[in-house]
Amino acid sequence: MAARQEQGEAYYKALTRKIVLIVVVASAIPLILISGTIRYYFQASYQDKVREHLQVLIKKHKQNIDTFLNDKLADIGFLAMSFPFEQMNDNAFLSERLSILRAMYGRSFVDLGVVDEHGIQTAYAGPFKLENADYSNAQWFKDAMQRREYISDVFPGLRGIPHFIVTIRQQHRGTYWILRATVDFEAFNSLVENIRVGSTGFAFILNKKGEFQTKPRFEIVASREPFLSFLATRREVRDEVDVTESPNESGIDYIYVMSPLKNGDWLLGYEQSAEDAYSAVYAARRFAVIIFVIGVLGMGAVAVLLSNRIVKHIAQADREKEMMQERVIEAGKLVSVGELAAGIAHEINNPVAVMVEEAGWIQDLLEEEDLKASQNLDEFKRALNQIRTQGSRCKQITHKLLSFARKTDPRPHVVQLNDLIEEVIALCQQRARYGNIKIGANLEPDLPTVTVSPTEVQQVLINLVNNSLDAIDEKGGKVEISTKFSDNRVTIDVADDGPGIPEAILPRIFDPFFTTKPVGKGTGLGLSICYGIISKIGGDITVNSAVGLGTTFHIQIPVSKREGNVSALNSSPKP
Amino acid sequence: MGANEIQSAGKIRLLLVDDEEAYVNILAKRLTKRDFVVTATYSGTQGLQALRKDEFDVAVLDLKMEDMDGIELLKIFKKMLPQMAVIMLTGHGSEQAAREGIQFGAFDYLTKPCELDDLIDRINAAWRSRGDRAL
Repeated sequence: MAARQEQGEAYYKALTRKIVLIVVVASAIPLILISGTIRYYFQASYQDKVREHLQVLIKKHKQNIDTFLNDKLADIGFLAMSFPFEQMNDNAFLSERLSILRAMYGRSFVDLGVVDEHGIQTAYAGPFKLENADYSNAQWFKDAMQRREYISDVFPGLRGIPHFIVTIRQQHRGTYWILRATVDFEAFNSLVENIRVGSTGFAFILNKKGEFQTKPRFEIVASREPFLSFLATRREVRDEVDVTESPNESGIDYIYVMSPLKNGDWLLGYEQSAEDAYSAVYAARRFAVIIFVIGVLGMGAVAVLLSNRIVKHIAQADREKEMMQERVIEAGKLVSVGELAAGIAHEINNPVAVMVEEAGWIQDLLEEEDLKASQNLDEFKRALNQIRTQGSRCKQITHKLLSFARKTDPRPHVVQLNDLIEEVIALCQQRARYGNIKIGANLEPDLPTVTVSPTEVQQVLINLVNNSLDAIDEKGGKVEISTKFSDNRVTIDVADDGPGIPEAILPRIFDPFFTTKPVGKGTGLGLSICYGIISKIGGDITVNSAVGLGTTFHIQIPVSKREGNVSALNSSPKP
Repeated sequence: MGANEIQSAGKIRLLLVDDEEAYVNILAKRLTKRDFVVTATYSGTQGLQALRKDEFDVAVLDLKMEDMDGIELLKIFKKMLPQMAVIMLTGHGSEQAAREGIQFGAFDYLTKPCELDDLIDRINAAWRSRGDRAL
C-alpha cells in the first residue's frame, strides 16, 4: 500500500506540474503578446519622435548658422558696395568701419582688409599686423576671386589661429578687388556648441574633407563615416536633414543627424548614442520587464497555489472513488460468499432431511412388538435421538448460512436490528471462541425496526466485532453489543475490553487507508467503509476509547415513526 | 359429498411431490404408517400425472425441483383440483417464494428439514380447512 501511495504522490505531483505549466503558459502567452506589441509600437513611435525632434533641432540650427553666415556676407557686401574703392583702400577708414561693424553686430568681426587682384592686402584694420600681406598663394584667395561672395573653410592662415573669412569681390576700373573680413571663431563656434542634448548628444561642423570647422566638444567623434558619405552623395540637396542610425566601431548604436550648410560645402553634424537618445524608451522597457517578471512570478505563484488546491480535491475524489470501489468489491465478495453458502446449505438440507427421516422411520419400526424385545432397544433409541439432534444442528447451521446469504443485498429493507445482531454474533462466535473471547448481547426488547440495507449494517457490525477480536490479545476478553432506543434513534454500542486506541490516533481511525495493522493485514478501509455506510443511511458513528480499558463504538441509526409502524405490522407473527 | 366419504373412511389422501427420491420415499413410509394414503412422486411431471389419475385431499410440494418450479406446479394444481390443499416445502431463505405460494392458494409452508410431527399437524390442519370449505 505504501508503494501505491508513493506512486500516487508521484502522479499527483506530475499532475500539479502539468496544471502549473498550462496555467502559466496560457496566461503568459497573451501577456507576452500584448506587452511585446505595446513595447514595439511604443518604442517605434518614441524613436520616431526623438528623431523628429532631433531633425527639427538640427534644421533650426542649420538655418541659424546659414543666417549667421549670410548676415556676415550681407554686412560685408553692404560695406563694399556703400563706399568706393579709394575710400575703402585706407587703413583709417577701414578701422572706422570695423569699429562701427563691431558696435552694431557684436564682436563677431575680427578684422577687415582690402586685397587687390594680385593677392596683396592693400589696406587692413584689425589686431594683427597684416598690411601688405601676400595672399596670392592662399587657397581662399584663389577661390574668392572666382565668385562674388565667398566663405572660406576654417584655417590657421598667416596668424596661426583657426579662423575663417568672408569675402566680397568688387570691380574697380576693370580690375577685381576683394573686401575680406575675419569672423571670430569663438562666436561662430558658440552657434553649434549650444546644441547639446542628453549626456552624449552634441553638434559640430565638418568641411568637405571631413575637417572640423568647429571645436568638437568631445575629442572622439564616434565615426565620421556616415557624415562623409552623406557629404559625398547629397551635397546638392540643400535643406535636407538626414537621420541615420548605425553602430560605431565599438559596436555602440549611434544616431547621426546631418544637414548640409553653406550650399553643401559644410555639413552640420549631430551625434548621440542611441541609448542616451532613447533613454526614456529603455527606462520604460526596463520597467516593463520588471512588471512582466513580477507578473509571471505572480501568475506562477497563483498557478502553484491553485493547482495544489485542485490536485488536493482530485486526490480526495480519487480516494473516495477508490473507497467506493473497495466497498463494491467487499460487497461483491460478500454476495458471492452468500450465494455459495446458500447453494451449499440447500444441497445439505436434503440429505440431512433424508437422514433425519430415516432415523425417524427406524424409531417408528422400533415401536413394533418384535423389536421392542431387543435388549439394545434403549441404545437404539439413544442413537436415533442423537441422529435427530445432530440433524437439527445441521439445520441450524444451514439456516444461519442462509440467513447470511439472504442478507447479501444492498437494497434497504425493514430490519429488526436485534435479529441482525444475533446473526452477527452467531457468525462471529466461532472465531471468538478460538480467541477465548465472549461475545455477549444486551439488547433492548421491542426495538423499533429501521429501513437499512441489512448486508451493509451487517458488514459494519462484523467489521467492528472483528476489529475488537483483533485487538483483544491471547488472554481473552469480552465483546458486548447492546441496543437501545431513544430520541427516535436506535443506538448500537459495540464495546470491548481490549487495549484501547491511543488518543493520538483516535481522530484518524475513520480515515481511509489508516491502519495500525501490519502491512498486508489490513487495508485501512474497514472503519472508513463503516463510516461511509452509516453516514449514507443518515446515521452517525463515534468512538470512545481509553487505553487499557477498552473501546466502544456507538452507532446511531435514525428511525422514522412511519417506518416503525409499518415494520411492526410486517414483523407480526404469521397466522 | 366426496369429502364426507373420505372423512368416513378416516384416511387422508396425500400427494407428495419432491425430486429428492430418498426423502419422498421415507416420508411416504412414515406417513403411511400413520394412516395416510400416500402417493409419492419424484418430479413435477409425475405429480401432474398422479393428479390426473386420482383425486387427493392434500399435496405436499417441494418448491425447488429440477423439471418444474414449485410455484408453477402449485398454480396448475390449483386449477386442476381447487379443493385440494397444498403445503409447500422450502429451504430456509426461500420463504419469500413460499409466501408467494400462499398468495397463489397454498395452505402453508414448512422449511426443510422439518419435524414429521409438524408436517402431520399442518396436513391435518390443511385437511380440516379443506373440509370446512367443502362443507
